[in-house]
Amino acid sequence: MELVIFIICAVVSVVAAIMVVAQRNPIAGVMYLVTAFVAQAVLFIQLSAAFVAILQIMVYAGAIMVLFLFVIMLLNLRHEDYGKDIKLRFKPLAIALAVVLLVETVVAIQAANQVQQAAGVLSAGFGSIHAVGQLLFTEFLYPFELTSILLLVAILGAVVMAKQKL
Amino acid sequence: MIPLEYYLIVAGMIFTIGMVGVIVARNVIIIFMCVELMLNAANLALISFSRELGSMLGHVMVFMVMTVAAAEAAVGLAIIIALFHNRDSANIDEVNLMKW
Repeated sequence: MELVIFIICAVVSVVAAIMVVAQRNPIAGVMYLVTAFVAQAVLFIQLSAAFVAILQIMVYAGAIMVLFLFVIMLLNLRHEDYGKDIKLRFKPLAIALAVVLLVETVVAIQAANQVQQAAGVLSAGFGSIHAVGQLLFTEFLYPFELTSILLLVAILGAVVMAKQKL
Repeated sequence: MIPLEYYLIVAGMIFTIGMVGVIVARNVIIIFMCVELMLNAANLALISFSRELGSMLGHVMVFMVMTVAAAEAAVGLAIIIALFHNRDSANIDEVNLMKW
């Protein structure tokens, strides 16, 4: 049963990812991307990472994708702006790099076989909001606070970039 | 329990698809979405290793990656808007001012 859910979600996310690249309409691309993200959220739940799965749905599939949709609608792209087709000139380069990357991934997976499985049984509450929050607010307090500064800089940067006249 | 390798294979495939998209796509927004796809594949690998090692450090890392992704999306989309105002096009081939 676990494996069946895994296979379904893996296939859905990979196919949706392919569709993001393969089609030209950006709105459809966003929808496929949301599909891929939701399927990956299910994978996160299977990996007992409940908090990350919720973040995935709320932040990625929710907030960031709505931002994408807003920008696409703001730009009001005409159909010819979609671009004629994918760039054929770079196709050989893309295929070559993809093959290299896949080989690298296979090598990495071979190496992953040597990873000692430290925890056969996970501690209670593994990946829960409580456990992750405790880590974030104790051991990783400074990085956590730094991300808020990063977000502040991003807000300022976005306003400065998008505004035509300051 | 599903082996670690299966998750890593899925993550590697999604990352590769995203990378091919970045190289091949012409529309700036689709290139941008492919970058998000690659970030997400990295997240999946982090979470699967986290599960395998029984350590929650990967979850913290994914949290940081998501923050960076949100910041990157906000700034990047602002750049796309500015680009569209100046060039009236979302085609990456027409943005060649700094190309030699």
